[in-house]
Amino acid sequence: MIGGLFIYNHKGEVLISRVYRDDIGRNAVDAFRVNVIHARQQVRSPVTNIARTSFFHVKRSNIWLAAVTKQNVNAAMVFEFLYKMCDVMTAYFGKISEENIKNNFVLIYELLDEILDFGYPQNSETGALKTFITQQGIKGQTKEEQSQITSQVTGQIGWRREGIKYRRNELFLDVLESVNLLMSPQGQVLSAHVSGRVVMKSYLSGMPECKFGMNDKIVIDKQGKGGASDDPGKSGKQSIAIDDCTFHQCVRLSKFDSERSISFIPPDGEYELMRYRTTKDIILPFRVIPLVREVGRTKLEVKVVIKSNFKPSLLAQKIEVRIPTPLNTSGVQVICMKGKAKYKASENAIVWKIKRMAGMKESQISAEIELLPTNDKKKWARPPISMNFEVPFAPSGLKVRYLKVFESKLNYSDHDVIKWVRYIGRSGIYETRC
Amino acid sequence: MTDSKYFTTTKKGEIFELKAELNSDKKEKKKEAVKKVIASMTVGKDVSALFPDVVNCMQTDNLELKKLVYLYLMNYAKSQPDMAIMAVNTFVKDCEDPNPLIRALAVRTMGCIRVDKITEYLCEPLRKCLKDEDPYVRKTAAVCVAKLHDINAQLVEDQGFLDTLKDLISDSNPMVVANAVAALSEIAESHPNSNLLDLNPQTINKLLTALNECTEWGQIFILDCLANYTPRDDRESQSICERVTPRLSHANSAVVLSAVKVLMKFMEMLPKDLDYYGTLLKKLAPPLVTLLSAEPELQYVALRNINLIVQRRYVLGDDLRRMFLYYSLVLGNSRLSPIKVMFTIAWYITVLAELKEYATEVDVDFVRKAVRAIGRCAIKVEQSAERCVSTLLDLIQTKVNYVVQEAIVVIKDIFRKYPNKYESVIGTLCENLDSLDEPEARAAMIWIVGEYAERIDNADELLESFLEGFHDESTQVQLQLLTAIVKLFLKKPTETQELVQQVLSLATQDSDNPDLRDRGYIYWRLLSTDPVAAKEVVLAEKPLISEETDLIEPTLLEELICHIGTLASVYHKPPSAFVEGSRGVQHKRLAGSSVESPDAGSAAGASEAPPAVIPSQGDLLGDLLNLDLTPPTTAGPPPPPSSGMQMGAMDLLGGGLDSLVGLLHNTTLLVSVQVWLPAMKAKGLEISGTFARRAGVIQMEMTLTNKAMSVMTDFAIQFNRNSFGLAPAGPLQVLSPLSPNQSIEVTLPLNTVGPVMKMDPLNNLQVAVKNNIDVFYFSCQYPISMLFVEDGKMERQVFLATWKDIPNDNESQFQIKDCHLNASSSKLQGSNIFTIAKRTVEGQDMLYQSMKLTNGIWLLAELRVQTGNPNYTVSTVLGLFMSWSHNTVVVLVLC
Repeated sequence: MIGGLFIYNHKGEVLISRVYRDDIGRNAVDAFRVNVIHARQQVRSPVTNIARTSFFHVKRSNIWLAAVTKQNVNAAMVFEFLYKMCDVMTAYFGKISEENIKNNFVLIYELLDEILDFGYPQNSETGALKTFITQQGIKGQTKEEQSQITSQVTGQIGWRREGIKYRRNELFLDVLESVNLLMSPQGQVLSAHVSGRVVMKSYLSGMPECKFGMNDKIVIDKQGKGGASDDPGKSGKQSIAIDDCTFHQCVRLSKFDSERSISFIPPDGEYELMRYRTTKDIILPFRVIPLVREVGRTKLEVKVVIKSNFKPSLLAQKIEVRIPTPLNTSGVQVICMKGKAKYKASENAIVWKIKRMAGMKESQISAEIELLPTNDKKKWARPPISMNFEVPFAPSGLKVRYLKVFESKLNYSDHDVIKWVRYIGRSGIYETRC
Repeated sequence: MTDSKYFTTTKKGEIFELKAELNSDKKEKKKEAVKKVIASMTVGKDVSALFPDVVNCMQTDNLELKKLVYLYLMNYAKSQPDMAIMAVNTFVKDCEDPNPLIRALAVRTMGCIRVDKITEYLCEPLRKCLKDEDPYVRKTAAVCVAKLHDINAQLVEDQGFLDTLKDLISDSNPMVVANAVAALSEIAESHPNSNLLDLNPQTINKLLTALNECTEWGQIFILDCLANYTPRDDRESQSICERVTPRLSHANSAVVLSAVKVLMKFMEMLPKDLDYYGTLLKKLAPPLVTLLSAEPELQYVALRNINLIVQRRYVLGDDLRRMFLYYSLVLGNSRLSPIKVMFTIAWYITVLAELKEYATEVDVDFVRKAVRAIGRCAIKVEQSAERCVSTLLDLIQTKVNYVVQEAIVVIKDIFRKYPNKYESVIGTLCENLDSLDEPEARAAMIWIVGEYAERIDNADELLESFLEGFHDESTQVQLQLLTAIVKLFLKKPTETQELVQQVLSLATQDSDNPDLRDRGYIYWRLLSTDPVAAKEVVLAEKPLISEETDLIEPTLLEELICHIGTLASVYHKPPSAFVEGSRGVQHKRLAGSSVESPDAGSAAGASEAPPAVIPSQGDLLGDLLNLDLTPPTTAGPPPPPSSGMQMGAMDLLGGGLDSLVGLLHNTTLLVSVQVWLPAMKAKGLEISGTFARRAGVIQMEMTLTNKAMSVMTDFAIQFNRNSFGLAPAGPLQVLSPLSPNQSIEVTLPLNTVGPVMKMDPLNNLQVAVKNNIDVFYFSCQYPISMLFVEDGKMERQVFLATWKDIPNDNESQFQIKDCHLNASSSKLQGSNIFTIAKRTVEGQDMLYQSMKLTNGIWLLAELRVQTGNPNYTVSTVLGLFMSWSHNTVVVLVLC
């Protein structure tokens, strides 16, 4: 298991050092500094073996977190733990910076003592930790409170404490997707996939039991079979095929596996409920039609048309089209119908920005690129035109069908909970070849 | 005095100050002081002098202060064992505290104090805590047992803590179960033979129940422990798999990987034709692909593991494309992009089309990788080589500069891997000579021109064109050019004398590069002193290259599969390679390992199969095309028979005689005329023939037929090295051009003074025939009786003595059935099989015979003839075992 945990600043000075195992000596601290932080060539592998000691590191801004071991530990677990550790620290004191770490070093030691015992990760949910690691002392606690804490830390629902109360029960669901595309100049989709996340902010009293429903094809098809009233053709179209998904640990996985229903008791506050991937029937919000013409050896004519492909009532935002230009570009004249376009010599690209654009619209840019004559025989490789945007819908077609809340002990019902759902589709790597 | 005194005084001052603060009455001040101590400790200052003062602060109800003091204790207790005793009382007291958090804190810290004297005092409190009513204390105590075991294993056993720990597996609290499992697993690792983790279906059931309820970390402990269990039968295996599968949807990738490990291992137990097996295999793929969209560090771990998994199972099938795209998209942007992405054989074949598509992409770097991958594919998987080469040719046709260059570099390697197979593409390569501007591609092209100078008509012009800018080239190209021109000279000495002098003077006189100069001088001296030696050196046979295989050896792979998710799977090394001591040294194996799964087996087999390439054709080629250069072999004195015998013997000793069985079987077939080279394979030239021994001369009788449309001229023949050193004794006598549809019969006398190399089968002969069109290769087998020499008659006494000397196990007996033997000694003698003696025992005729091979090896035989049942025994003087079959006798008798 993890033998020790060190935190360094960018210079390699150690800010926190906690050793859990006898086989890790003080020299391990220096070994990592010398061989990784001060290494002449940047160390690319996140796992380094120095003198039969393995170092796992992650970097957050200019802070290095390193876990050390001499055993054959579960490597994936160590990294997951380091990420978790960062989450916990962020939840306690905000950004992970040298200053914050120095100011909170006692707290960090206390946390490290709690969440890692003999190198074995223990409950590391901030919801639970905050109940008893407070930096305030726990003198005033009654016996009931104490046992409540311990049962919560060790309990099945380690991510949520009991007795949470809100005057207004409210929850927010954000469906955040990133749509990736590679398209040929002729408009053929070479590859497209969406990776999405469902982020939930819950402000609910008590220990609410939640059930989340979306238009998952498997679920809809199953229901379609059961209820004859549903129009199977219609529901089939509206459902989406999910390639794979993963869930926050609060979700009962065995229930998902058997019934494909997503039920859970949510942590308090913000967390990521699920992640998913889809590759079929993706709604591509924009279509880029490029036209590049070489006029002689010293001139290029570029025309790019973008078409928005969604409901006219919706507005896309932060649209940016990046048209690469050859290295020997000497001057560019741009004319665009909408937004602003600029040639950025340092980036070798024409950047065309449009603040807003409604659905089913079309816009166009044309540019004349003048080239310096070169004797470089190499042809310009014509990198693809890339796009950035943000649209208020989910390109995968995912729809939240319901999020039901049940809290039997407290007197509020599903109807009393105020629910907000928001869809944001962003561009990932969204490229069209020209 | 030096400056050091300032350091000591300041240090002393600091410590002194801290000491005063620690002993202050004010709680706040005390706490601040302890914090300062901890801060100093963190940066590596020695604050052990404050031990008693810090320990004094232990008695407090301020939990924060207590935790700080404990932290200090854990660090320094070992260096101050006597003082540490002072803390024992507090620990014991704290273990009784009404607050479970304090009880747990005490038991947690206690275990970290590695002082023998103290551990004894800790047993009682620990025992209590293991049975504490609060689960938080119990889960902490469970880990404490592991800590104590690390300090004093005997104590833990004596005190019976292990049994208590085992009981905790049945605890009602999932987290206690998880920690107990973790502790037991670790202890069990240092006692490989103990039955500590006594996993039985009941405990497994408990673990699986806890799996659904405990924290993500607990799930990892449990899954890792489950992976060590061996299910009793496939039903149990399936039911465990069913309960583990939901974990594949966990957000924590370590949980996913550990679940994959359990599934991979237990799948071995399942019958492959089970529906469930297929379902499971399908379920494995998507989570693995999802892992690749995790944070970069986890991507790295995931990639290393996926590499292992796909070598074991073809999990990824349809997802392959997406995977590939992921590699390009995800890795292209992350800092892990240089990871060498490795693929297995099956992948290569499926991805070839994909690679070609990618090779026409715009991302230069990616294209290069794709082209390289095609090359690697060709070298690794022989079956795919042809397709790869044609793909590469297509790519060259694109004329995209960097694609062409990369393709040429790759083709050079393919030439070396498969000599004399794909050289027809040289012409295409030469067309692209001008577009090469990268050193590596230029060097590769020059190598190709030099190596195949004899096939490229204008090789000298090509190389001369490179020579013009000799000094502007990179060292790599210069070295290559030097060698290539020397090769060219050795192959075409008449036309290229000037060129070679030019390059030698450029390399030796005008260059500052010592490597280049040295190589130049070596060539120069070689060429001037002994051109034949130079030829042997420069045109020496090159070893076949093989792609350094990325495939992991099957047993290691099996072990690594058992370590999915761990460091071993990241390093691709067994734990014993990087873990000290007894921990993790035990080798894990897959349950069903004895029954090698067919897919893994075939994958491994394909990679290990020896390349089916005629081993020394490169060399042969060199010789063949230099017929005009070398004096005829007869010029050299024939090696003395004794040495010939030695050589032959050595070669044959390598188990070679066993293979004679095979060759002797085949001899009958070879006596008749056979088609050796079909017209299809040789651009219209058909060669059929046979071997014979006439008047002591071995002859190769061939019929050459021109089935092409054009006239054939310039015939030449060369043999590869073979078992008995057969070589043409003169040139191939085809004087007039061979017109279409014309045949010519040629008799080629052979001698046995050529170079010797053991062939398989022993009588295999590889032949190259050249004409104006191309060079063609074929192999044929000659009858062994052809090699029996005329002086094969042994003296009776010698025969008797040798016969007796041959150990029995070097004899072999064969029954020959349905054979009407009308052999007279004279007829046998015509085939150089000499009958030494003959006697009749119990109505059987016993014939004793001797034969001598061209290389001096004697064969002795006893032929026992019963009516319709002759029994033939063969032995050799060298004590070598030789098997004889009835076919042979028939041959011997008939010929």
